[in-house]
Amino acid sequence: MTLDTLRIRQDFPIFERQVRPGVPLVYLDSTATTQKPQSVLRAMDEFYRRSNANIHRGVHTLAEEATALYEAARQKVAAFIHAADARQVIFTRNASEAINLAAYAWGRAHLKAGDLILLTEMEHHSNLVPWQMLAAATGASLDFVPVTDDGLLDLDAYRSLLTRQPRLVAFTHMSNVLGTINPAAEMIRLAHAAGARTLVDAAQSVPHLPVDVQALDADFLAFSAHKMLGPTGIGVLYGKRDLLESMPPFLGGGDMIKTVHLRDFVPNELPHKFEAGTPAIAEAVGFGAAVDYLSALGMDAVAAHEREIIAYALERLEEIRGVRVFGPPAEQRGGVASFTLEGVHPHDVAQILDTFGIAVRAGHHCAQPLHEKFGIPATTRASFYVYSTKEEVDQLVEGLYRVKKIFG
Amino acid sequence: MEDLYREIIIDRYKNPQYRGHLDPHDISFEDDNPLCGDHIEVTLRVDAEGRVSEARFDGKGCAISQASADLLIESIIGKSLEEVKKMTKQDLLDLLGIELGPVRLKCALLSLKVLKAGVYGLGEASDELVE
Repeated sequence: MTLDTLRIRQDFPIFERQVRPGVPLVYLDSTATTQKPQSVLRAMDEFYRRSNANIHRGVHTLAEEATALYEAARQKVAAFIHAADARQVIFTRNASEAINLAAYAWGRAHLKAGDLILLTEMEHHSNLVPWQMLAAATGASLDFVPVTDDGLLDLDAYRSLLTRQPRLVAFTHMSNVLGTINPAAEMIRLAHAAGARTLVDAAQSVPHLPVDVQALDADFLAFSAHKMLGPTGIGVLYGKRDLLESMPPFLGGGDMIKTVHLRDFVPNELPHKFEAGTPAIAEAVGFGAAVDYLSALGMDAVAAHEREIIAYALERLEEIRGVRVFGPPAEQRGGVASFTLEGVHPHDVAQILDTFGIAVRAGHHCAQPLHEKFGIPATTRASFYVYSTKEEVDQLVEGLYRVKKIFG
Repeated sequence: MEDLYREIIIDRYKNPQYRGHLDPHDISFEDDNPLCGDHIEVTLRVDAEGRVSEARFDGKGCAISQASADLLIESIIGKSLEEVKKMTKQDLLDLLGIELGPVRLKCALLSLKVLKAGVYGLGEASDELVE
């Protein structure tokens, strides 16, 4: 294996627990949220024990320390995605809020009735509903790049949709259901050539692949800390400087202002303009530690590890009669496998696997339209990360054989 | 082993006794659980004394939702509509004979929710019916 998973697993306290007495945890739900290494837990604990204070305004020692830690985390995250300037990294509550921020602040200022927003059929609800809301508010319309039976975007259809000159193309870099890794750089280049701005939902790509926002030339890019070893409650909207500068604020409150009078205010500079109120300070510190952890592993190694695991998982799953895995071959996907097992509802699959300590997800994974496209109400999803092993894939397969036996 | 998947649940899922659709019927209702795509329809015939003389369910979904519908329908035949209205979450769990977490509880209770909404003649099924 590319990564030393045995050593890595020792960094994650949760693997010490048993789901039930005698039943160890086989965690195959990292696409929903990842487990947290000791270094992240320690960084947050340390923050509360030693440096806890509110940021940006205080002049006392703790406030200075807390501010420095919070801004250092922003620097780390910016470096991790190769942003030109840390001020382009806006901390939000999660990827959903980041997309809502862009849809609200940029979308309402720049879109009008008749404008086209181009999305894809494989979007997570978080990159779908904010645009539906924006379309309802502005009179803009939506269209969708179709998904092929192999679970890839139909790029010919994309090119022809671009001739309708959308104002914005918003798409997922990596599908949370199919695992498909979309050709983001190429899609952005084509969008720009057609005069459109772009938003990349990178909630699954930044945790799993090397992502360089400048090489991609993305206008906006959104992701969440908790899907990349960090805590819940903090995410990122990255944006091009001129776009962020030109946008009105999103939420109003403390910290996002330069001056306030009774009847008006002057917004603060980037990135604070978009960070109203006390942010998730300890979470930012934990996020920084998560980025350090991933950087030490190396994102090329992380991606290679997942390719190896998913190739093995697809091979093993496909040997089970009655299993149908959705999505492209291993070379075009990240560490996600959504599947159905003939004659057994995904909820029953997941529930029985749980009795063996295997945590998978069942449902539509916040991508109901995609499931409708494939004509299925739900799938079972196994997903992998830096701590996942081939032995866990074997345990999943063994579990599925037991499900089959129970349902005979 | 898997307590949730007692033999009776797997058996009723694979070989339901009351699956079908009554036509004509006196009462019908259907609803789904959007989270997992479970769908249940019930159709009832009611005799002159206000008792359920015949009942069927139809639908698709997980073993818990379908087996619970089959057991529930079996249990109401011969009951008065007033008795059906008084059925509780616990009555259904007793039929199933298992303990369920909050997510799977919704699967199990879908049939009771649909049945009570139909018997009460409501426009939509509400979770309050099975609290």
